[in-house]
Amino acid sequence: MYGFEPTEEQQMLIDAVERFAAQQLREASREADEGGEVPSKLIEMGWELGVLQASVPEAYGGFGDHSAVTGVLAAEAMAWGDLAATLAVMAPTSYVIPILLGGTEDQKKNLIPPVIEAEWKPYVAAFIEPSFDFFPGAMQTEAQATKAGFMLNGIKSFVPFADQAPSFLVFAMLGGELRAFCVPAEAQGLEVGEREPWLGVRALPTYTVILKDVAVDQEALIGGKDAFDAGRIVASSQVAIAAMAIGLSKAALDYAIPYAKEREVWGSPIAQKQSIAFMLAEMAIEIESNRLLVWEAAWKLDEGDPDAARAAYLALSGAADTAMMVTDRAVQTLGGHGYIREHPVELWMRNGRGVPVMPGLAMI
Amino acid sequence: MISFKRPEKLEQSSVIMETVAVNMMRPVSRYFDEHEHEIPWDYIQFMHASQQAMGGSGSLTDSGAKKKEGPSISFQRLAVTAEMLSWGDVGLWLCTPGGGLGGAAVNATGTPEQKERFLSRFRGDEPTFDAMALTEPHAGSAMPAEVRTTAVRDGDEWVLNGEKIFVTAGHKALIDTKGFVVIWATIDPAAGRAGVRPFVVEAGTPGCSVTKLEHKLGIRASDTASIVLQDCRIPFENILGNPEVAKEKTEKGFKGAMATFDATRPLVAASALGIARATLELLKELLSERGVEIRYGLPRSRMTNMEREIVDMEVMLRSTWLLTLKAMWLADEHKSNTIEASMCKVKAGDVVVKITQRAVELMGPLGFSREYLLEKWFRDAKINDLYEGTGQINRLIVARRILDYTRHELS
Repeated sequence: MYGFEPTEEQQMLIDAVERFAAQQLREASREADEGGEVPSKLIEMGWELGVLQASVPEAYGGFGDHSAVTGVLAAEAMAWGDLAATLAVMAPTSYVIPILLGGTEDQKKNLIPPVIEAEWKPYVAAFIEPSFDFFPGAMQTEAQATKAGFMLNGIKSFVPFADQAPSFLVFAMLGGELRAFCVPAEAQGLEVGEREPWLGVRALPTYTVILKDVAVDQEALIGGKDAFDAGRIVASSQVAIAAMAIGLSKAALDYAIPYAKEREVWGSPIAQKQSIAFMLAEMAIEIESNRLLVWEAAWKLDEGDPDAARAAYLALSGAADTAMMVTDRAVQTLGGHGYIREHPVELWMRNGRGVPVMPGLAMI
Repeated sequence: MISFKRPEKLEQSSVIMETVAVNMMRPVSRYFDEHEHEIPWDYIQFMHASQQAMGGSGSLTDSGAKKKEGPSISFQRLAVTAEMLSWGDVGLWLCTPGGGLGGAAVNATGTPEQKERFLSRFRGDEPTFDAMALTEPHAGSAMPAEVRTTAVRDGDEWVLNGEKIFVTAGHKALIDTKGFVVIWATIDPAAGRAGVRPFVVEAGTPGCSVTKLEHKLGIRASDTASIVLQDCRIPFENILGNPEVAKEKTEKGFKGAMATFDATRPLVAASALGIARATLELLKELLSERGVEIRYGLPRSRMTNMEREIVDMEVMLRSTWLLTLKAMWLADEHKSNTIEASMCKVKAGDVVVKITQRAVELMGPLGFSREYLLEKWFRDAKINDLYEGTGQINRLIVARRILDYTRHELS
């Protein structure tokens, strides 16, 4: 049967995340963006909501079963508050989820519990690369088999908290296939570069990571000699970011509506003009329809549907366009005031433009 | 629970309808486009016979009528059926007997007695049509607030006078079969929309005549009629809803009547998306014949223009279909779906127009040629942004809802 409503349990999680997003993240959002830092107290609070922990089975230190649908609902609710903070809280998902879904039993038992049984620590993936046509199916970072293990070479970008990360999950091509390698921060040849300046999500500290002849042992290869479903990991990431894009879009619409009802022109609220009202209606329609596309992709991931990878890709495509369209129109609704940093819409518009480059930063 | 698993029963309906679409519709699609006003009796008789065999009309009129085991999926089935038959041919789909928009109005607003009296004919031996008449020559989108057709009480009867235009299947309902038309008329012109009510006028009623059939851009297989009512007398009980309540000039009666659209708008959206899917599929087929396959998963920087177009179309199509499905699912769950109904109608109208217009452009001479159906779908598509409320009217409804405005605050 079709169903369009979260379970009671999911709803409880959504409610908790929504409270956190509204009361903590939104409040701290502007200062975090200007200061280039999400307060660590907030990250820890977000971490304690247990979104990731609830997605990991008890055997690996968590307290639930993996569900992409639940992950999507939580990601959407959190990103409504602030995207950079959501990416910070959820950064360890980019490390844990690929191991959970693709690791050997030993890897899951050894690598996951230290991350999720403790307070938030930035175990993160090094996924994105600094080229305009970056594409996970053709990464430039390469792994070569050696006698003892593998040798990694390449340049990664957009690696959150790389300066503090105890360990990285480095994505690289091995014999033409995308694989992930667990690389400790202190590995020889791994160099954390400068902090990167971005258009948006400025509160999220990210770094270039350079890998030069980094040697890792056999056990570093996630999934070992077994098949590793990289497509599933990429899809997981696309859906995670798509869900955040929907939350971000909803934030912009929710801000634009009361503004439009208050702001007057020639004696009546601008919301009573069709040019504004229709913009808002279209924003709502795009959010609602693309949200369902994201939910369906997550559901397909959970079902192991063979079409899941395509669905995730389409969901990201739709959500990314929605985020840009909606955040732009939110600025437009506020007119000149939208351009002023006293209002959050310009921040959301900058974040909205970043959605297409963000897959790899979080996974569900 | 959030689930996108299509129920087995819907899957079965879909498979059956696909067979109909492929075998009964596509082969005659071009013929009925080129022979406007010719009635596709083969299709009509076939659909009637199969509805008889399946023990229901499979239309808007039996939704929720029979309580069966498990949750209801009647509205969802309607959407799946409309989508698939419109994938076959939307003009022919509009010629499906056994309960269309008029039936929907009866179903949404009628008493049990009225439902039995007016809808039982669809289960008869002969195919029967129904229609809904709302638009008048002076006003479309302003309806039903500006209805000029009048209904005056005269003892046990109502006397109707006025003119209705753009009545889908009006001719089939009144002339070709023993059907009925739901006429929206005012019982008090001074009361504005509070005075507007739906009335049932049955085929053969003196004073009710079909005066014109429109010649249209598309959906040519479907008749679009003008109806004139001249001292047309109908029984007092033909006012939809409890007659004693319905005759009171309250907003309540009006709002109840408007509930019709909560079912018909997602239905039109589903139909629109059937055309859109047909177009997208043919587009991919024509590309495939020339060795062009769509590569999914690429960033836009690595895609060809054709790939980008197709991927955008797939995103639009799927997201709108899910929204339509949600609107129908809410109806099945007996939950309010007014905003979703208008939302999916807005977007489906946009999407089908965009996809068909781009397809004709992208396929160049093949798109423009009448040898293929792309140009026909381009013409058929546009109606979806016009009927059951234009895209603008439905935007207005969505906007009022999200802004929490009345029609006085936003028009």
